[in-house]
Amino acid sequence: MGTVPTSLKHCLSHEQLIQDYPWLTRWLQEEKTITGHEYPEFVKIVEVGPRDGLQNEKEIVPTEMKIQLIDMLSQTGLPVIEATSFVSSKWVPQMADHSDVLRGIQRAPHVQYPVLTPNMQGFQDAVAAGATEVAVFGSASETFSKKNINCSINESMLRFEEVVNMAKKRHIPVRGYVSCALGCPHEGHIEPSKVAEVAKRLYEMGCCEISLGDTIGVGTPGSMFQMLQTVMKEVPTKALAVHCHDTYGQALPNILTALQMGVCVVDSAVAGLGGCPYAQGSSGNVSTEDVLYMLHGMGIETGVNLAKVIEAGEFICSTLCRKTNSKVAQARGRTL
Amino acid sequence: MAAIVRFVNRSSYSSAMGQQFLTFSSAAKAGVRANSVLPEKVKIVEVGPRDGLQNEKTLVPTETKINLIDLLSESGLPVIEATSFVSPKWVPQMADQVEVMKGICRKPGVSYPVLTPNLKGFQTALKAGASEVAIFGAASELFSKKNINCSVEESLQRFDEVMKAAKEAGVPVRGYVSCVLGCPYEGTVSPEKVAHVAKRLYSMGCYEISLGDTIGVGTPGSMTQMLAAVTKEVPVSALAVHCHDTYGQALANIFVALQMGISVVDSSVAGLGGCPYAQGASGNVATEDVVYMLHGLGIQTGVDLTKLMTAGAFICRSLNRKSNSKVAQAICKL
Repeated sequence: MGTVPTSLKHCLSHEQLIQDYPWLTRWLQEEKTITGHEYPEFVKIVEVGPRDGLQNEKEIVPTEMKIQLIDMLSQTGLPVIEATSFVSSKWVPQMADHSDVLRGIQRAPHVQYPVLTPNMQGFQDAVAAGATEVAVFGSASETFSKKNINCSINESMLRFEEVVNMAKKRHIPVRGYVSCALGCPHEGHIEPSKVAEVAKRLYEMGCCEISLGDTIGVGTPGSMFQMLQTVMKEVPTKALAVHCHDTYGQALPNILTALQMGVCVVDSAVAGLGGCPYAQGSSGNVSTEDVLYMLHGMGIETGVNLAKVIEAGEFICSTLCRKTNSKVAQARGRTL
Repeated sequence: MAAIVRFVNRSSYSSAMGQQFLTFSSAAKAGVRANSVLPEKVKIVEVGPRDGLQNEKTLVPTETKINLIDLLSESGLPVIEATSFVSPKWVPQMADQVEVMKGICRKPGVSYPVLTPNLKGFQTALKAGASEVAIFGAASELFSKKNINCSVEESLQRFDEVMKAAKEAGVPVRGYVSCVLGCPYEGTVSPEKVAHVAKRLYSMGCYEISLGDTIGVGTPGSMTQMLAAVTKEVPVSALAVHCHDTYGQALANIFVALQMGISVVDSSVAGLGGCPYAQGASGNVATEDVVYMLHGLGIQTGVDLTKLMTAGAFICRSLNRKSNSKVAQAICKL
């Protein structure tokens, strides 16, 4: 496909993904059925620790450490590592070194390094720094949208359309996030139809993948099922991802529900980096290690080496002087 | 109940992505809902005061244990495992077993089972007023030898005496099988072995068999395989799951167990009780987190989450430690 970036090729063509990861074909012949529930043979993990994780950590991490973290994660087999965010450093000081991080990392072949780009300025800066995949962040809650990015959902969509159109011209794939998919810290309950509406808008404007985020971790398998059932009427399942927070301990059963419904892309953060800004001291992102443990235990392939992820997690936790949020990492560190 | 097979219309395969990705939209259209195979009600067996405290380093005063159990009794929990009639030489935390049993305010309609590893323990428990007891088998030979110093078969024979005495006294007996998804010494444990031990306990007269993932290594994969084997030998209505959260898998494992027809779940308030096999790691799954999930699924438990959290906060203050329940951590800090 000529000079089209690998990331776009994977996004557009399953066949290209198989070409680049030939070992996947082994698992494509049969369904994986575990007692009546069918699960994907392969789940793509989108590692959001360096961006979503670090963004919610109080300690500012030096650029060098961020680069080292991403480089360690690049050696684990993770296919996607969200590297940084091109937001104004006034709002997110942790991400002030976005260009230095993107330029400093050693990009592993076949790994994508998307970056957040909330607007045209951010997009242009990202491209100048070498970004080959970007992400935009919408919300299913009007109040959250106004408080978080200071505009309505509709205004944010118009902003993202500019980014997506420019990205299309440059053959840069765009991932769309929908936050508050299972509840909002301000509005409480969020209608699945609203989530579906925002997801559809992002998908139709050209986002190749839509990540549905349980921003405050209040969801349960019940609400996850209802939400996905509604969203799947508007967006193909293959284009959906789930981004579950573990604030109420529900992330893994929620992810399991999503897998049972055919979703095969899961966001997670190494060491469960990133607390919850809405429940001080509580956990936020689900730990990549715990997700991997579950998936591998179910015979689902991810291409990721759990031991190496644990190592990367230990590195960033010692840098942050904090304990890991991953139960697997805690247990593995201390068995008989 | 046999494993439920959900029909998926194969013509819904997405041709662009190949056959490994199934779209479930047809299943949704056919009205098959994920939670249509879930039980309407789940009985929570609260093991905090026994299994939880037994694995806490700090010795808890008798009065505190009694207060904890009384607070739990007010939360709507139908079963609260109160204490253990093992020798205090082995389990010092449970040395005050008789005082605890005599000191608690028993709420009508609530059961207060106690562990009785042998006939002597059973007799002492009966004298102290126990009206339900529990016995503990293992699916791993090595674990049985290291834990209670005899083989699995020998332990089952020992329990025979307890069963006979319990039958005579009209006292129901709950059976536990530990290491159902893995053993700290043997590693993998075969589902058939678990099924064999569960069947033995059930045939001996245990009314309910609690299947314990003692070291929390299980995942939804191994849980479903194990339950598929056990449900061939023991009716699913007589089964419970006792999941440890040492690897963060407990709620996912409980969820698939519910999907397979299990409707009794063991858990521990505030996730009391670490894992003796992984120092500093967590053990029992937190009752608050289980109840949050079940209520979110529309499943009734009869438990008042707020009152449960009060009990959890109380025992954590007494132990001077943070709750292991994520729900408690989140709700107390909003």
